[in-house]
Amino acid sequence: MSTDELIKNLRGIWARAYVRIIGVNREPSWLIFELFFPLLPICAFAFVYKSMNAPSDYLGFVILGGAMTAIWMNVLWGMAAQFFWERESGNLTLYMLCPMPTMAVLIGMAIGSGFSTFFRVIITFMIGKFIFGITLHIASYWWLFVTFMLTIAAVFSLGMMMASFFLLYGRDAWNILTVFMEPVFFLSGFYFPVKTLGYPLGAIASLIPITLGLDAMRQLAFKLGPATAFLPVGVEITILIILTIIYLIGAKYLLNKLEYLGRREGRLTLRWQ
Amino acid sequence: MSIAIKTTELSRSFTGGGEKEAGGLFQALSDVNIEIPEGMIYGLLGPNGAGKTTLIKILSTLLLPTSGEAFVNGYNVDNQYDKIRPIINMVSGGENCGYGILTVAENLWMFAQFYGIPTKTAMERIKTLLEIMNLTDKADVKINKLSTGMRQKMNFIRGFVTEPKILFLDEPTLGLDVNAARETRKFVMDWVKNAVEPKTVILTTHYMKEADEMCHKLAIIDSGKILAIDTPANLKKQEAGGASYNITVGYKEFDANSLRAIPGVASFAHSVSDEDAIIEMIFNLEAGGALAKIIEKLSSEGLSILNIHKKEFSLEDAFIKLVGRRLNGGEAGANEHR
Ligand SMILES: Nc1ncnc2c1ncn2[C@@H]1O[C@H](COP(=O)(O)OP(=O)(O)OP(=O)(O)O)[C@@H](O)[C@H]1O
Ligand SMILES: [Mg+2]
Repeated sequence: MSTDELIKNLRGIWARAYVRIIGVNREPSWLIFELFFPLLPICAFAFVYKSMNAPSDYLGFVILGGAMTAIWMNVLWGMAAQFFWERESGNLTLYMLCPMPTMAVLIGMAIGSGFSTFFRVIITFMIGKFIFGITLHIASYWWLFVTFMLTIAAVFSLGMMMASFFLLYGRDAWNILTVFMEPVFFLSGFYFPVKTLGYPLGAIASLIPITLGLDAMRQLAFKLGPATAFLPVGVEITILIILTIIYLIGAKYLLNKLEYLGRREGRLTLRWQ
Repeated sequence: MSIAIKTTELSRSFTGGGEKEAGGLFQALSDVNIEIPEGMIYGLLGPNGAGKTTLIKILSTLLLPTSGEAFVNGYNVDNQYDKIRPIINMVSGGENCGYGILTVAENLWMFAQFYGIPTKTAMERIKTLLEIMNLTDKADVKINKLSTGMRQKMNFIRGFVTEPKILFLDEPTLGLDVNAARETRKFVMDWVKNAVEPKTVILTTHYMKEADEMCHKLAIIDSGKILAIDTPANLKKQEAGGASYNITVGYKEFDANSLRAIPGVASFAHSVSDEDAIIEMIFNLEAGGALAKIIEKLSSEGLSILNIHKKEFSLEDAFIKLVGRRLNGGEAGANEHR
C-alpha cells in the first residue's frame, strides 16, 4: 500500500469512526442506555454478595464485570447487527460503491465504538467503586491498561468478524442479539470469576475475549484476584493477542466473501427492491 | 470522442426471487449492447421491472454480469472495479443513506472521505452544492430532522461531491416536489454542459418529460431487452408515421365505416358525449394522407365541425408503440408531468 493510499484509507477510517465518537455522544439517551443499564445488575449482584458477607473484592469483581458488559452490548448492537441496519439504510451499498476498501469502514466502525466504550467502562466502574467503597490493589497500572486495551481490541475484532458473518448466515438482527446476549453474560463471568465454571466450560468461554480480559484485569486490580485466576496473566494476554489476529483475518476473509457474494447474488449487500 | 460505457451481449439472470421461469432462472437483462460516448446524458426508459436498475448496478460494479461484458471508461466491471469506483458515483431515488445523528454537512463530508477527498476540498464543494440545491440553511441540521425531499436533495449532492467522471442517477427526482425536481434537472444538465472534463450521466426515470427534456440519447428497455436507442427527437419522428387529428363534431347519426374508408385514413376511432351532444373523432392518417378529404366527407355527411386539433406525437406515443403499453409507475403527484 502506498503512502497516498494509506492516507486515503485513514480518512475513511476516521470518517466512519467520527459517526460513533462525535455522533453518538450527541444523543443523551446513551447515558441511560450504557451507564445506567449496566449499573442495575451490578447493584443487584453486589447487594447479594454483600448480604452473603462475601469479601469486598467479590463486589469489586462484579463491578468490573458489570462495567465491561458495556463492551459486549456495544459489540452486539454496534458491530454484529450493524450490517443489517446498514443494508436497510442503503449505506452498505454505498460502502461497496466507493473506492475505499470496505475493511476501512469496518475498522472505523470498531475504532469509533471502541473509543466510546473505553470511557464508558471506566466511568461505570468508577461510579460502582464509589457506591460500594471498593479498594483496589493494582499490581501494575501499565499491564492493567494494556490488558484493558487488548480486551477491547480483541472483542471488537470479533465484532468485525460477526458483522459479515451474521449478514451472510443470520436470519435477522434481533435473532442474533437475543441469542448472544444472555448466555454470554453468564459464560464470560461478568458477575463471578470464570474459574468457577470449571476448565472445560471456561475454555469455551475464552473464545469470547472478554472472558480472559476480565480474568486478567481482576488479577491485576484486586488483592483476591490472583487467588481466583483462571490462567496466568501472561498467558491470557498472549491468547488475547492471538485471538485478535485470528479475528481480524477472519473479518477480512468474511468481508471479502460478503462482497463477492453480494455482487454475484445481488442480494446480500443490496436492499431487496 | 471516447466511450464512457460499452456493453456487449450483457446478460444477467437471477435465481429465485422475482418471477421464476421454468428453470428457476429469471432473466433480468438479455444481450444488452449499448455504447455511450462521453459527455452526454443517456436515459434508460422502461416500465417497472424492465431491468434498468439491474443494468445500473452492473455498470456501477455492484453486481456481476451472468454473461457478456461491460466496460466503464474502458475498464471491465468484472475485475477492474478498483479502477472504476474512484471515477463513478450513484444516486438512487428514495435512498435513506447516511446517519441520522450527523448533520447534512457531516454526512456529506463522511461520504466524501470514502473517496479520499481532503476535508478542505470536500467542505468547499459541499458549501457550493448546498447553495445550488437551496439547502444551505439545513447544513447543520441532523438528517433525522429532514423531510424526505430534503433528504433526497442531500443524497443527490452526495453524488456530485466526489466530482465523478461518470454518474449514475436511478430515478433521482423521486419524491421531489415540482420545483425541486426542475432545479435538479437543470443542475444535472448544466453540470454536463459546463464541465471542463467531459462528464457522462446515465439516468433512469419514470417521467417521460424528464427523459425528453434531459437526455441526449434514450434507450427504451423492456423485459431486459433494449427495444430502441435514439435521440428523443428521432424516436418521436420515427414512431409518428402520418399525422393524427382530433376532430369534434356536433352530434348526428353517422356511418363510421364510411369514414374509415376515406382514402389515406389508417385508423379511425370515436366517442360520443351525450351530455354535450358532441362526437369526438380521432383520425390517424397514413403518411401523406390529407385532412382535406376528411373535411369534405364530414361536410357531405352533414356533420358540423366544431374543432380540429392536430395531435403532436410525444415520446409517450413512441414508447407505447414500442413497448405495447403505457409507462406505468412513478410517484403520483410527486412530479409535474402527469
Ligand atoms: N437480487 C435479485 N434477485 C432476484 N431478482 C431480482 C433481483 N434484482 C432484480 N430482480 C428482478 O429483475 C427484474 C428487473 O429489476 P430492476 O430492478 O432492474 O427493474 P427496474 O427496471 O429498475 O424497475 P423499476 O422501474 O421498478 O425500478 C425484476 O423483475 C426484479 O424482480
Ligand atoms: Mg429501478
